[in-house]
This record gives sequence, structure tokens and C-alpha cells, in this order.
Amino acid sequence: MTAHRPNTRRNATLALALAVACILPLVVTSPSHQNFLILILMFAQVGVAWNILGGYAGQVSLGHVAFFGIGAYTSTMLFIHAGISPWLGMLAGGLVSSCFAVAIGWPCFRLKGHYFSMATIAVAEILQVLFTNWESVGGAVGLNVPLAEQGWANMVFNTSKLPYYYIALGLLIVTLLANWAIERSFLGYYFRAIKDEPDAASSLGISLTRYKLVAIAISSFFTALGGSFYAQKELYIDPGSVLSTSLSIKMALVTILGGVGSLFGPVLGSTLLTSIEEVTRQAFGGSGMGTDLILYAAIIIVVAVYYPTGIVGWLRQIRRRYAKPEARG
Amino acid sequence: MSRLLVVENLGKRFGGLAANEAISFELQAGQIVGLIGPNGAGKTTLFNCIAGFYQPSEGTIHFLGKDITGHASAQMAHLGIARTFQIVRSFGSLTVLENVMVGAMLRNKGVGAARERALAALEFCGLAGRIAMTASNLTVAEQRRLELARALATEPKLLLLDEIMAGLTPSEVHEAVHLIKEIQLRGIACLIVEHVMEGIMPIADHMIVLDYGRKIAEGTPAEISRNPAVLAAYLGE
Ligand SMILES: Nc1ncnc2c1ncn2[C@@H]1O[C@H](COP(=O)(O)OP(=O)(O)O)[C@@H](O)[C@H]1O
Ligand SMILES: [Mg+2]
Repeated sequence: MTAHRPNTRRNATLALALAVACILPLVVTSPSHQNFLILILMFAQVGVAWNILGGYAGQVSLGHVAFFGIGAYTSTMLFIHAGISPWLGMLAGGLVSSCFAVAIGWPCFRLKGHYFSMATIAVAEILQVLFTNWESVGGAVGLNVPLAEQGWANMVFNTSKLPYYYIALGLLIVTLLANWAIERSFLGYYFRAIKDEPDAASSLGISLTRYKLVAIAISSFFTALGGSFYAQKELYIDPGSVLSTSLSIKMALVTILGGVGSLFGPVLGSTLLTSIEEVTRQAFGGSGMGTDLILYAAIIIVVAVYYPTGIVGWLRQIRRRYAKPEARG
Repeated sequence: MSRLLVVENLGKRFGGLAANEAISFELQAGQIVGLIGPNGAGKTTLFNCIAGFYQPSEGTIHFLGKDITGHASAQMAHLGIARTFQIVRSFGSLTVLENVMVGAMLRNKGVGAARERALAALEFCGLAGRIAMTASNLTVAEQRRLELARALATEPKLLLLDEIMAGLTPSEVHEAVHLIKEIQLRGIACLIVEHVMEGIMPIADHMIVLDYGRKIAEGTPAEISRNPAVLAAYLGE
């Protein structure tokens, strides 16, 4: 009975959240507001993807934009040169990204803690320089997604943002479901064991390198899906937008703010962070690099000092405080 | 009896310091072997070499007739060598049950099957009433038993126990001794580092004494307690 009730309440909350998410863009009809909602979903999705490696397995990557960019470039290049639908291109991007992730993970996982994080920054920076100077992928000028026929087959929509909203929501749900399945399988246990006590984990037969590679392969796959989606939403990509350092930081921050290693943490984190960004953008105008980074730094400090477990941890604390007297009475 | 573990001429150097030097011994299947020696004698280092945490500088280690020198720790676990840590290392974000499930997953990746095995190991170690707690809320004695349950859940042939009785009360030591005997009855061999003499002397089939990284004596517990070199090493501590 007692084990049953929180589950029912949780399912009810989820059903309600899903219903609200489906109806919201029908109520909020201004394109700019819809765009804002799409950004929340998109950053929630890449946050959930980041969480697999950074949250569950504890390998904090600050170069995840590399996977995002690879996803965006792969699907766009396949669309331009082979006419392949971005739906397939998206999957291809995910696979290319996973292969790349395993190739760079192999040497990077020899480094521990902060050194691993620094190596991931370097990888992303190198990739940005490479793509900026690589003329066949548009160099610094970037790539325009071809003016194809509008519609679901090509994932191109010019007149309405609504389809993009529902695609972003679908991607988020798929990524959440994948995370949920991982969390409940032996992989979820192994990832958390590796994060908590790597020596003890390996003494129980867990090959640290192998399972970190599994984590980065899955994480990068879903991050790349987000990148392909972004390319279709904007219909234009360049190294400054899909390979930027601040995007890497945002992916990590969305999760850290929401709650590291918790399923819905990144969703809450993205809602809050994207909202704060929107407010500051309206207050200070433009999306100048400076304000973004100052904001991120401020949030990191506040979270690290006051709320190390993020919004999810804070909510649990509140619930415990209110649950106690109820249980006694 | 068959030879389970054969260590030959094992050496481990840290820079100029020889933490282990020319150590040779054998361990038979199902045997309890005690490893003693003053602080800094090199006992934990020897453990780490056998468990695959350190690469030996010289010598060989054979397990079930196979050369396993320099294998990684995860491989050692697969072969059937499990260990506990002198300083307990529980998974802090997991419950007691989940900690042990991670061990059980070595032989069976199914979560349900791992839960069954973990429950059996916890029951065996007397922690059945603690399964939903987080490890940090356990007493020291319970945390040690959790490490033991986790190692047992990997279904080892050889258990390496590093000072699992340190800091326990006399009655807790008594319980631990009883538990290790039960483990032996299941056919699992144990190599035990122990400072608590009342803990190791009554159960060991064989004792090995280290001092300054070298083996200075071996024999039955009775022989060891009369050995002048051993007495000198302990009195000189
Ligand atoms: N990782 C290491 N690096 C350098 N020296 C070490 C290391 N581990 C152990 N030692 C040294 O090796 C010697 C033996 O240590 P140890 O095996 O822990 O002894 P014991 O477990 O018998 O107390 C000590 O002098 C210790 O300082
Ligand atoms: Mg020691």
C-alpha cells in the first residue's frame, strides 16, 4: 500500500505534465513564444542525453557540443549531397557521433576527474577549428539546409513552428524512455557504481573503460539527435552555432542545475535556465557572449554552494519536510 | 587438495622502496590462510598485486594453474578472485541491497536474478534487516559485512579479506570469525590480512608472516606463535 501510493501519484503527475506539454503550444500561439518552448524541450533532451555519461556514470564532459555538431553536420550533409531525409540523417548522425565518441573516449578515459573534463573541452575546441577551416562542409560560412518541399518527410516547416515543437517533445520522450530503461537495467547500476567507487566497481568485475565507453556511446548518440533537430529547426548551421563552447557548458549546466543523475532533473533544469536566459536577453538585449557566460558562472556558484543536488534534490528536501508530520499524525 | 593460488618470487617496488620482495607461497582450495606482519610490512601491497590493482615488478601469480600475473582487477573478479578493502568502499548512492546486486551482476546481468542472489548473500552475512538503508548509515561492523556480502555475491573461489576485523568489539570479532568459518564450509578459500590475532589464529589453516616486504616465516598458527623471528618482528614494532 505504502509502496503503491507514490507510484500512482508519480504516474498521475507524469500524465498531467504530458497533457500540458501537448496542449501548451495550441494555447501559446505567438511564434517567438513557441520558439522559446521548443528551446526548453531541446535543451532538456540534450541534458537528458548528457546525464547518461555526466550524471549516472560521473564522467563530466564539457565538450558534448562535439556530438551535437556531428549530428547537425551529418544529417545536413546527407540531405544536401544525397537527398537523404533528415529523419534517416538523424540516425546516421547518431551513429557517426557514437563512433567518434568511442574513438576519443578510448584515450580520454585514461584521464580521471577534472583531467577528463579538460580533455573533452580540447576535443570540442579542435573540432570547431577543424570545421571552421574545412571548406567542403561550408567552413566558417556554414551550411544552409536545402529549400526542399515543406512537410514531415523532409522535416522542413516554413510557415509554422508547431511541428518542430512536437518533434522536440517526441525526441525528449524517446530520450527519457531510453534513460529510464538504462536506469533500471544492470547498466544503470554499473554506471552509478563506477561513479561512486571506481576501485570497488572494478573489484566486482566491472571493466571501467568498457562501461565508460558504453555510456559515452549512448550519450553521444542522443546528443547528436538533438543536433540534427537543431539544424532542421534553424535550416542553417555553422561552427559558431552548433560547435560553440557555451553550448557544451549549457548541456552540463541544465543537468547540474536540475539534478545530476536523476531522470527528470535536466527537464526542470532546462525550464529554469532557458527562462532565465530569456529574461536576461530581454533585459540586456542581444545574445552577446558575455552575458551568457556570466550567467552560467553565477548559476554554477549558486548551485555548488547552496543546492549541490539541484532542483530535484531541493524538491525532495521540501517533500520530506512536509511528509514527516503527516506520517506521524 | 589442489593448489588454487601459487605466488612465486613476487616483488613490488614503489620507486626505491621494495614494498614486496621475493615472496613465494601457495594456497590450497578451500583453505584459510592468514597473512600477518607489522604495519607497513607490505600486506596490502601483496593483496593489490593478487587482486590486479598493482602490476607486480617481478615474479608470477598462478590461479588454478593459469598465469594471471598483471591481469586487470576486473579480469581477476571474472576468474573468481574477490576482495574487500581495508578502508570500506561502498557505493554511496546505492542502497545496501543495490550495493550487493552490483556484485551479483558479475555472473548474471538480469536485475531480478541479481536481486535474488544479493538477498541470499545479505541474509548469509546477517544484513537481511538492512537492505533498504544507504551504506553510510550502517555501523562499522555492518559496513565490513556489506563488503563481504558484495564480494561473496560475485561467487568467488578465493576471497581476499583486508583487516575486516579492525575496530570491532570482541563480540563482533566473534561473529566475524563465525562468518568466515561458514564461508570456508561453502568451499571458498580465504586469504586474510589481520591485525586482530584472536580473529585469525583460531581459524587459519596456515599462516604467512611478512616483515619489511619479505616473508619471514610460515606454518601453522601454533608454529608461528613460537617462531623467534616472528616474535622479534612484533616486539620490535
Ligand atoms: N601506492 C603506493 N605508493 C608508494 N608507496 C606505497 C604505496 N602503497 C604502499 N606503499 C608503501 O609500501 C609499504 C607497505 O605498505 P602496505 O602494503 O600498505 O603495508 P601493510 O598493509 O602491511 O600495512 C609501506 O612502506 C607503504 O608506505
Ligand atoms: Mg594494510
